[in-house]
Amino acid sequence: MKLAGFLLLLAGWALVLATPPLLGPGTERAAFVLAGVGIEIIGLVLVARAHLPVPEGRT
Amino acid sequence: MSTSFPGPMLSEATAGICFVLILLVPFAAIGLALISAGLGRSRSAAHSMMASLMAIAVAATVYFIFGFSWQGFAGGPFHALIIGGKSWNWIAAEPFFMRGLQFNGTTSSLVALLQIFSVGLAALIPLGAGSDRWRLGAICISSALLAGWTYPIFAHWIWSDGWLAQLGTNYGIGHGFVDAGGSSSIHVVGGLTALSTAWILGPRRGKYSAEGMPSAVPGHNAVLVILGCLLATIGWCGLNSAGAILFAHAEMGRSVLVVINTLLAGASAGMTAAAITQVRFGKPDGSLTVNGWIGGLVASSAACAFVKPAAALVIGIVAGALVTFAVEWFEFELKVDDPGGSISVHAAAGLWGILAVGLLGRFPVDPLFPGNLPGTDSGQWLAQLIGIATLFGFVLPVTYGLNFLLNRVYRQRVDIEGERQGMDLHELGADAYPDFVTHADEFMQR
Repeated sequence: MKLAGFLLLLAGWALVLATPPLLGPGTERAAFVLAGVGIEIIGLVLVARAHLPVPEGRT
Repeated sequence: MSTSFPGPMLSEATAGICFVLILLVPFAAIGLALISAGLGRSRSAAHSMMASLMAIAVAATVYFIFGFSWQGFAGGPFHALIIGGKSWNWIAAEPFFMRGLQFNGTTSSLVALLQIFSVGLAALIPLGAGSDRWRLGAICISSALLAGWTYPIFAHWIWSDGWLAQLGTNYGIGHGFVDAGGSSSIHVVGGLTALSTAWILGPRRGKYSAEGMPSAVPGHNAVLVILGCLLATIGWCGLNSAGAILFAHAEMGRSVLVVINTLLAGASAGMTAAAITQVRFGKPDGSLTVNGWIGGLVASSAACAFVKPAAALVIGIVAGALVTFAVEWFEFELKVDDPGGSISVHAAAGLWGILAVGLLGRFPVDPLFPGNLPGTDSGQWLAQLIGIATLFGFVLPVTYGLNFLLNRVYRQRVDIEGERQGMDLHELGADAYPDFVTHADEFMQR
């Protein structure tokens, strides 16, 4: 889950990076950047869930 | 290899004032070190201060040796990729050991001086999150990784005419990514490193019960914490003013506005945090008020030169509220043990500060502002959002990956005995307060 989360972070950033050269000014560009940020948020959630500590006393 | 436009030359008077402003920045470091020590346990207080000293020392040295080579300065040599006919300036090409600089008050030498202090400040931020369990050796190596790689590369992108700064000229996205005082490069980079550190180290023993409920581990010295906050405020005035002059090309006269905005943002954030804790808990909480105040200062850094004082007040109020709730959210929901609140204060408030430039920033072309931020006002929020996406998509994976690998070859967390004994005795061999019995093990679950 952690690895998937970090891959999503990178994938979201790649989408954001690709947007300025590929799309001109307008709502499409903003939508693609927002989509990239959305993917990053999903990645963050996965990474955060993977780091929830196991309660002490449990194995 | 190419060179970019260096920005306007500083007059002798401006360079002199800028030098004095930069000399105030260590107060911010002193403040953060005191806050971190005060919010930790008494048996780790000396270790905390020692760790701060070493983090600054290692960060400054590594940054001098090769960190500055990757960051460079506007007008210096850099490597670029050509994508779609546009130049993407991604890394500087300065020689190691700052050999390309003349230390005579030029803009580039002042940038190097400010950055040596700033990188030390960034290295201090993760200490608050790793308090009471992070080994000194690991702190030094982690600081070296931050100062040698993560910090300079991102700082190059925003402060040395890197691709983020050029989004305005290349693609007409606002004025490009704008951050005068370092909300992103210093604080969010430091805050995300703090998050990575807290994840890798795990919570302190006894922090969470078997049911996952956190127990309160109060800081040991509220006086140190509040004194740290006051000292940090002085440092922030210098940091934001010097950053505005060197990175946003503001004229010296604009420093007055920058300092007023910085103070207002910190003060309003502190008052907001005090009011929220008063309403929720019946009494104002000292540590959250200080964290709120520092969060306001952090948030003010990006926009300090581009907003009116009323907007700075709004930035502070939002930052104060954000920090107060973020501290609780990280502790209760995400189970992240962050004794100093570094993640909420520096990462969360820093992200808000970055966004605030796009929402509240105004970029007037006036005599005090020689118009060296190319581009238009429209789409500034998008440029800021691309910067935030870069922080999560590049900085977080890199800083986590580097610290994860470090943990594989050199265990970062102290052993159980060390945690029980306290970091002072275990790592330094002496307590911070040897004449007093200052602690018991009431918070330790054996």
